[in-house]
Amino acid sequence: MITPALAVIGLNTYLHVAALLFALGFFGVLLRKNTLVIYMGLELMLIASTLALVAFSKFNGTLDGNVFVFFILTIAAAEVAVGLAIIVALFRKRHTVQVEDLNHLKH
Amino acid sequence: MSDLLFYTFAFLTLACAALVVVSKNTVNAAMFLLLSLVGVAGLFVLLDAALLAFVLLLVYAGAVVALFLFIIMLLDTTPGTFKAFTPLTVAASALGAALLVTGVLSLYHRAEFPAAAAPAAAPTLKAYAQQLFTTYLLPVQVVGFMLLTAMLGVIVLSKKFAVKEDAP
Repeated sequence: MITPALAVIGLNTYLHVAALLFALGFFGVLLRKNTLVIYMGLELMLIASTLALVAFSKFNGTLDGNVFVFFILTIAAAEVAVGLAIIVALFRKRHTVQVEDLNHLKH
Repeated sequence: MSDLLFYTFAFLTLACAALVVVSKNTVNAAMFLLLSLVGVAGLFVLLDAALLAFVLLLVYAGAVVALFLFIIMLLDTTPGTFKAFTPLTVAASALGAALLVTGVLSLYHRAEFPAAAAPAAAPTLKAYAQQLFTTYLLPVQVVGFMLLTAMLGVIVLSKKFAVKEDAP
């Protein structure tokens, strides 16, 4: 069922999962036109990087990566609050959250 | 057993992340984001970081996703406004993501990683506290100040200020 190459779950396996998760978030950011979903894609990318950090931390036997993830989670909470406030302010002004309608810097 | 759990959580994470990207309804996307985060929390537990898994669930499931849902309800973006993706957008985005994966994977295959897990004990709460209050004391202060700044910023952004009429 499981191929021998994948049978041992090591650092590499976790890093592959993190890379795929990051790529999915990136794909979402590029593909979607709803600001809120783009923001969720950003969150996925952030989470993927924390996953890689925790994996590195565990497989190197140090705690520094884990502590770093603490800080990342704190910053992420602040970032989400500010970003959503900006989206709400934008919606109040322009009455839309679709990025294709938010092109007033172009003209 | 641990392998099976790993594959379950990894599949949950990646499948739900994919569903976040493609789901038409924003509320569904937020719920799939929540499920994806639960998968990541499971992976954290498998990596001996149970405390971080709890913090992740508390901060993300408790605060971030709830905030997302609140904003979605507040802005009332009706599900009918979803516009189909053009094939060009899909192809370009997929190409970008594929290039990213290729680049990162080629980095992985060139790097030399420790083969087996170092025999370190699972980090305890005490170990975290010791790190946070000795080595990382200054970053803790800075992060605390940054949270305050973010809070003030959010208040300024969401408050409606009376427009002052400039006399011509």
